[in-house]
Amino acid sequence: MSKRKIQEAHLPIGECITQVQEILRVRLCHQQLPDRPEGLETQHKHLLELLKRTAVHGESNSVLIVGPRGAGKTMLLKCVLRDLLEEKEAQKNLLQVHLNGLLQTDDRIALKEITRQLHLENVVGDKVFGSFAENLAFLLEALKKGDRSSSRPVLFVLDEFDLFAHHKNQTLLYNLLDVSQSAQAPVAVVGITCRLDVLELLEKRVKSRFSHRQIHLLSNPTFPQYLAQVRTQLSLPADFPDAQFAEDWNASVKTLVEDKSAVDVLQRHFNSSKDFRSMHMLLMLCLSRVSVAKPAVKPADLLEASRLCFSDAKANILHGLSVLELCLIIAMKHLNDVYEGEPFNLQMVHNEFKKFLQRKSNSMYNFEQPVIMKAFEHLQQLELIRPLDSSAARIQREYQLMRLMLDHSQIMEALQKYPQCPTDIKQWAMSAFS
Amino acid sequence: MKYFTRLRVRRVYKWRGQPVSFNRKLKTYEYGSLAISVEGLPKTTVINTGQHILIEGEDEDNPYVAKVIRLYGDESGRQKKAVVQWFTRVSEVPVSKLKLLGREPHPQEIFYYQGRSCDDEVDAESILRPVQVKRLDGAAPFPDGDRDVLYVKLSWDSKTFKVLDSELAPESPLPPPPSCPKPSLPPSPPCSPPAAAPASRGPARRALPTPDFAIMRRAAAGEVKVGRATMSARKASAAEAESLHSATKQSASKCLSSKRRTASARTPGVRKKLELSSPEKKSMIREDVLSRLLDEELESEEMLAQRLSASPPQALPLNHSLGPARTPHHAAASAQGAFPLRPAAVVLAKLPEADSPPSSARRDTTRAEEDGESCPTLPVAATPRSSKRKSAQLVSSRIRRQLNLLDNRLDRDSDSDGEDEFVPSRKELQSSSSDEDEEEEEEEEEEDSDEDAVFFKKSRRASTATPRSKQRTRSSTRTPRKTPNKKVTPGTPRTPRGATPSIPSRSLPARQPANVLEEARTRLHVSSVPESLPCREQEFQDIYSFVESKIVDGTGGCMYISGVPGTGKTATVHEVMRCLQHAADVDEIPPFLFVEINGMKMTDPHQAYVQILQKLTGQKATADHAAALLEKRFSNAAPRKETTVLLVDELDLLWTRKQNVMYNLFDWPTRRHARLVVLTIANTMDLPERIMINRVASRLGLTRMSFQPYSFKQLQQIITSRLNKVKAFEQDALQLVSRKVAALSGDARRCLDICRRATEICEHSAADPSGSGLVGISHVMEALDEMFSSAYITAIKCASLQEQLFLRAVIAEFRRLGLEEATFQQVFVQHQALCRVEGLQPVSVSEGLAVCQRLGACRLLLLEPSRLGVLQRVRLNVSQDDVLFALKAD
Repeated sequence: MSKRKIQEAHLPIGECITQVQEILRVRLCHQQLPDRPEGLETQHKHLLELLKRTAVHGESNSVLIVGPRGAGKTMLLKCVLRDLLEEKEAQKNLLQVHLNGLLQTDDRIALKEITRQLHLENVVGDKVFGSFAENLAFLLEALKKGDRSSSRPVLFVLDEFDLFAHHKNQTLLYNLLDVSQSAQAPVAVVGITCRLDVLELLEKRVKSRFSHRQIHLLSNPTFPQYLAQVRTQLSLPADFPDAQFAEDWNASVKTLVEDKSAVDVLQRHFNSSKDFRSMHMLLMLCLSRVSVAKPAVKPADLLEASRLCFSDAKANILHGLSVLELCLIIAMKHLNDVYEGEPFNLQMVHNEFKKFLQRKSNSMYNFEQPVIMKAFEHLQQLELIRPLDSSAARIQREYQLMRLMLDHSQIMEALQKYPQCPTDIKQWAMSAFS
Repeated sequence: MKYFTRLRVRRVYKWRGQPVSFNRKLKTYEYGSLAISVEGLPKTTVINTGQHILIEGEDEDNPYVAKVIRLYGDESGRQKKAVVQWFTRVSEVPVSKLKLLGREPHPQEIFYYQGRSCDDEVDAESILRPVQVKRLDGAAPFPDGDRDVLYVKLSWDSKTFKVLDSELAPESPLPPPPSCPKPSLPPSPPCSPPAAAPASRGPARRALPTPDFAIMRRAAAGEVKVGRATMSARKASAAEAESLHSATKQSASKCLSSKRRTASARTPGVRKKLELSSPEKKSMIREDVLSRLLDEELESEEMLAQRLSASPPQALPLNHSLGPARTPHHAAASAQGAFPLRPAAVVLAKLPEADSPPSSARRDTTRAEEDGESCPTLPVAATPRSSKRKSAQLVSSRIRRQLNLLDNRLDRDSDSDGEDEFVPSRKELQSSSSDEDEEEEEEEEEEDSDEDAVFFKKSRRASTATPRSKQRTRSSTRTPRKTPNKKVTPGTPRTPRGATPSIPSRSLPARQPANVLEEARTRLHVSSVPESLPCREQEFQDIYSFVESKIVDGTGGCMYISGVPGTGKTATVHEVMRCLQHAADVDEIPPFLFVEINGMKMTDPHQAYVQILQKLTGQKATADHAAALLEKRFSNAAPRKETTVLLVDELDLLWTRKQNVMYNLFDWPTRRHARLVVLTIANTMDLPERIMINRVASRLGLTRMSFQPYSFKQLQQIITSRLNKVKAFEQDALQLVSRKVAALSGDARRCLDICRRATEICEHSAADPSGSGLVGISHVMEALDEMFSSAYITAIKCASLQEQLFLRAVIAEFRRLGLEEATFQQVFVQHQALCRVEGLQPVSVSEGLAVCQRLGACRLLLLEPSRLGVLQRVRLNVSQDDVLFALKAD
């Protein structure tokens, strides 16, 4: 490899592309932590100091990391832990417990998980925990036995912290935070949540025990920063085997982010959401279009990827409907217009449809009632319509009240793109707007 | 139904000889010895002063050991008391203190008890039997062999073991007088029960229903008599007949027990046991009173009947066996081994008395039957045909009918007391079940007591089928299921204590604080225990004196402490306990036990029992069992008991629908022998009024204390005292923090946390040279901002353009509708319009929904479940003004 580097050898283009895909995928799929969390330096410092004090001085702490989805909360924590564990003192001492509110849905499971992650279950031999109560008493006893200077600090990471607040009596939170506020084994409780009102969820006793440290991740990058970020995310590192290819690739990325249409697409994305996760999604779609024949990301790729990202899911479903189902949808739309969003039933829709048929005196779509019924049910299965209340099972299906789950714009868009849509149906659909 | 293992024995206590002396002040006679005889057995045991005895206690297998110092009784001879010197068994010493012994205790070892905290006066009727105690020198090995001998080596004063002084030492006592060999005594493990075995075997062997024959006949005769009695009752003494109505129908056993009930209701000692024997039923006391009233009524009616009737007047007092008259009668009967003949003895004559082995059980049974027999016959004979006071008796009969059930319930309780020698046989079981049928008929008249009846029947069945436990304090209400449980729990915890794990210890030591700020931060941490709690002196004093007085007096009580979080409630109580513990260590006050539970640290309110029990005794038990054990512990008159101080933190979490946990916690201190002080802590001042039902709130009492939120001066003082001359803060900064926190919540934790954060901020900004190295106002302000400012406005400012537009659309739609709620569809229309105004490409529905969901995840918007799609309703979680302010500031 090094020999090749010295010779500035050119790799075959196919291999280069494979390498590029590999590097960028690892980067875009969050498998690799960035060296520095972008734009979060102060938060990083704050958290690192805090956890370091727990690990080194045995000081108990509690902190919440709050930020919208995709803002890099977990990434921040992971970076901090990585940096923390570089220190030998911390690495040898710190015990970690990772809990997730979506996995540990109640305190019983959470306690078992904590016991498992602290490797305490083998202390009692093969004794299986009898009851939840025993388990709690056991764990509290264990934590109580420790003290600040002699026992190893424990880091509790509670992902989706707000979900823990919904546990009965908030027993787990109370106990963890109580340990953090009393002279027991040193613990650091780190909660991660996207809810801004998380403190209001806490019961007053639990709240009083929480230290009220919150680290907010509310970064507000400007568009030029966003563009720069796109460029760095796509750029190849300097140690890429084929220097020539890397240079070409980086140049093409540079032209891409300066291209007018590409910038427009990116601006639209930036307007929609500023987080990195959606940007990575977009870039991932672009990357998958890179091939040997086209060894660069072009603005057209970006456009296509953007189109995929922004396409309307419901409108896409409408494209696959039969003409009859489409007619029923249009009838529903008319009913919605007439009755101002009041719910309807199959009979009403059928009548509306029949009116259209009579007006056209055209027997082409003259279907039997069971066929109409089947189409209606299909629409319900696709959740394009939904019953007003699911409990009304006793009502005959024809008379069950329904609501349309589509916006008018979606219907019109679907009609525009519907392959070989009959003109009279199109006209019928339009007629409502007159 | 028919398995029974042990026969209950009834002991009769009698003074032996003339009183030695008479105390004129207390009106007590002192005696030299006490004779204990078991009914049905001819032998008696004599207890002399100076002898070692076993006294029945909580644990059946390990009765208390003591030495008799004095025996005395009151004038009537009913109250018999003994003053004793206690000895402690190994199982009574707390497990944690056993370590002080430094060796394995011998199972038969006892310790001379020198503690002061127990009552050395016991009821003489709790004496079981004498026991042999030998004193050994410190180094002497324990001889093995005789399992009935106990050995004393050391003394125990609830804190340390000491070598026994020679003058205190029990001189090797004379063995029990030869006149009373042990087998005649009621059995009490650890020695194998010699008397119980034959006694219980007796009835089992007696398969043929010889005596039952008599019962059947008598029952039949009774039926006839009932007919007559009821007929006559219509006319004449309705009440009298009514009182016998059930009695005549009932089998001999029933009758006997009902009779005994009246006796037991009048004997205070037995009555007390009655109360104790039914821990589940709180209403017992009330019923007791009722039954006593009833008995008085009965008595007066008896008198009336006697006056009216021409029957021999001496028969009634015998049959209705008033307390004092009864015991001598039985004693005489057992002493003579013969029975005074009564009219009913005609029936008895048919019993095969000549049966060769005259087992005591047999004799007991026959006598029981004889007793029962005499009951239905005599009063009928005594019933007058006419009465002038018909109306009065009608009224009383009506009352009686209503109280009949209560009566029956009492019967059941007194079963265990009264029918000690009653052996259930198959026939009697049958008759008792037919008896229940009768009762059912009666109950049909009294629909309102359905529940009682069911309960009654159930436990009556249980009590007939349950083996009679040999101790009288064991209630018959205990179901057989529990009996084996009892055997499993002799004192020692099942799990080894060393099993509790802990967090492994550090491989590298914790670093000590290096500079002033770090030092300050350590001191300001909530967990660092201060030398004293400033600003809570008054509360400390109040709690201290409350608990101290209860401990000194040996009484119990409740206290309710309220206050918002972070006002030092728990810390103050802990401080009080530390001080009291110290006082107890230097012997200023009697020793006590401190137990703490926290409502938040248990998974279920009923776990409170388990935790209390575990902390008191180290036992592990299920919640129900623990409740029963605690109930027994706190209600039994175990004389040797230290005061228990129980701290119940977060009381409101112990709320259950029936509130039985809280009820028990507050009821125990009111028991006479409980010696329990309960300190409860909760947040709201009006908790007793708000969530407790009256009977719980009433027991909690009115000893309340409220912790006010700290004022800014107090907060300042707290910080200053914690810092303890570590100069890290500017004075102004401290004042700012304390004023801010006092204005918001008065929570000391918050105050300390802010100060800690301020030291961090100060440390980070220490680079700039202008700073004095102290925490200044600017740092504190920054910390306050971080902790108290809401992030909503920042979040809106940092939101993406589409999100901001959506919020704007929401407000626009709200204004249009005049409502604070709109569907997504409605908002989306506004959003599209705003997009066009802003010159942006309109977003699709999917994208709009995604924007909406993102805002919902942050809780800037409140949303319905997302499966509703465009129909979901949208609300703002922030005020409109805040949104507009945030959007305008751009």
